[in-house]
Amino acid sequence: MIWNEEFECMELEDLKNIQSERLSRIASYVYKNCPVYRQKFDDAGVCPGDVRTIDDIVKLPFTTKEDMRDNYPFGLFSVDTRHVSAIHVSSGTTGNPTLVGYTKDDIALWSDVVARALCCAGAEPGDRIQNAYGYGFFTGGLGLHYGALAMGLTVIPISAGQTKRQLKIMQDLQPRIISCTPSYALYIAEEAREMGLDPRQSSWEIGIFGAEPWSESIRVDIERELNLLATDIYGLSEIIGPGVSQECRYKDGLHVFSDVFFCELIDPVTNEPVAEGEDGELVITTLTKQAIPLIRYRTRDIVSINNSACRCGRTSPRLSKIKGRTDDMIVVKGINVFPSQIEHVLFGIEGVGNSYQIVVDRKSHGLDEVEVLVEVEESIFSDEVKVLRELQTKIKSQIDSVLSIGVKVTLVEPKTIERSIGKSKRLIDKRTL
Amino acid sequence: MKITQISVFLENRKGRLAEVCALWGRNDVNIRALTIAETESFGVLRTIVDRPETAIKVLKENGFAANITDVTVVEVSDRPGGLANVLEVLSDNDVNIEYMYGFGEKYSNNALLVFRFEDTAQAQDILLANGIKIVTRKEIHGL
Repeated sequence: MIWNEEFECMELEDLKNIQSERLSRIASYVYKNCPVYRQKFDDAGVCPGDVRTIDDIVKLPFTTKEDMRDNYPFGLFSVDTRHVSAIHVSSGTTGNPTLVGYTKDDIALWSDVVARALCCAGAEPGDRIQNAYGYGFFTGGLGLHYGALAMGLTVIPISAGQTKRQLKIMQDLQPRIISCTPSYALYIAEEAREMGLDPRQSSWEIGIFGAEPWSESIRVDIERELNLLATDIYGLSEIIGPGVSQECRYKDGLHVFSDVFFCELIDPVTNEPVAEGEDGELVITTLTKQAIPLIRYRTRDIVSINNSACRCGRTSPRLSKIKGRTDDMIVVKGINVFPSQIEHVLFGIEGVGNSYQIVVDRKSHGLDEVEVLVEVEESIFSDEVKVLRELQTKIKSQIDSVLSIGVKVTLVEPKTIERSIGKSKRLIDKRTL
Repeated sequence: MKITQISVFLENRKGRLAEVCALWGRNDVNIRALTIAETESFGVLRTIVDRPETAIKVLKENGFAANITDVTVVEVSDRPGGLANVLEVLSDNDVNIEYMYGFGEKYSNNALLVFRFEDTAQAQDILLANGIKIVTRKEIHGL
């Protein structure tokens, strides 16, 4: 089913009219209610009256991650914080964390877009969803939760982790849908096997996987391992959380709910728009949010867009899977690798600290090789070589299950990884590309 | 009767072992027994020293990953079949040896061997019950 047929199947011309109307309204709204935006507009020499159609959006200034951090906690809010119903915070690896807020109407909007996403993936009212995204500050857990409630699913709010329990609940309650990160899905499959279960026999028919970029090859792995339809959900907390875009059963791009999240694709260097089908940085404007509407937010995600209607009946444009980042992403053997994915795995292994380094090199035979150096802290050191080898193997297999590029893991002495101003230099790319 | 062994993580890099030895030399720590377990990318140095507390302290101060483990030092008569005797006792009693290595010095004309058992207490009971001499910390100090 299509949750919000009016908007999801709208003629593009009509959509454009709605976008134009909403953009002009939101431009006036932020100018009036948020001093930071007023200043930004003034600096750019633009006033809300200049914005009549959606095409005028190029006149408006960009918003960046740095703007979010610099104006922490409430500087970018366009409402009195008394009207804020909920706050989410994502950890900052540099400086301030990123804080976002939602009014009651924003929560309703969030519920609606996630409901659209769930339906897009194939959920039907009455289905049970095992929501294995983390609950709490992370927007994944509660975002899926709100959307599932809105569309009439039965939510199993199990949150992330406790894999054995996940499997038991799955067996007992037979949910049709699982939502979690793609790497966790693979981990669940592995754990099931270790427990002597066949993950292909799970009750899950649909997986809604997001919060980290994942490739088509990981989709192949997940679908083979878990025997379900693996769909990609995209979102970011700055915009709303999960529910910005979602794949339908045809898995041919993520339908973006562009009546509320207007997308532009630009060249990250020149800031000029790129043509349909070409790769560019995704820039999103929230057309209807109240607490923190963002104008032209630079996501740093590289995607392409496809404006043609989909076989599923939706006209909403489709974004490709994330093809890269304007920041720290690298491509190895054709696979997108984010140092953060490796970091995520390492943090999940007890005793392994955050002192690691990823070294990418091209070997003489022409193949890229990724070596992950992990410092041996006292907590993981053992006089028994087999313990250290087991750790090495464990790190390798967990990284390989997420990245499938076949990394080499090397244990190194403590404090040997170069640190720059207290923070390790995480990625060394020695390839001459 | 447990003897303190010090283990140190070493990367397979030139001069790492020399650095550990020099550090101990400067701090008046004398090595009694030593072995290195190696893999293609790293090694684990295991040693018995005369002043384990100082040895571990200076290692940590200098950023080495090191730890202490209880090992058992056994006196083995220095003649053909001497070690076989001890190993037979252990094997007959299902005692697992993680690893073992030899001492440089002799003790009252017998050879000394360092054993790392899975279960030190159980292994020691069995050795004693079979009349095998376990060397004490004091005796090692006297070497």
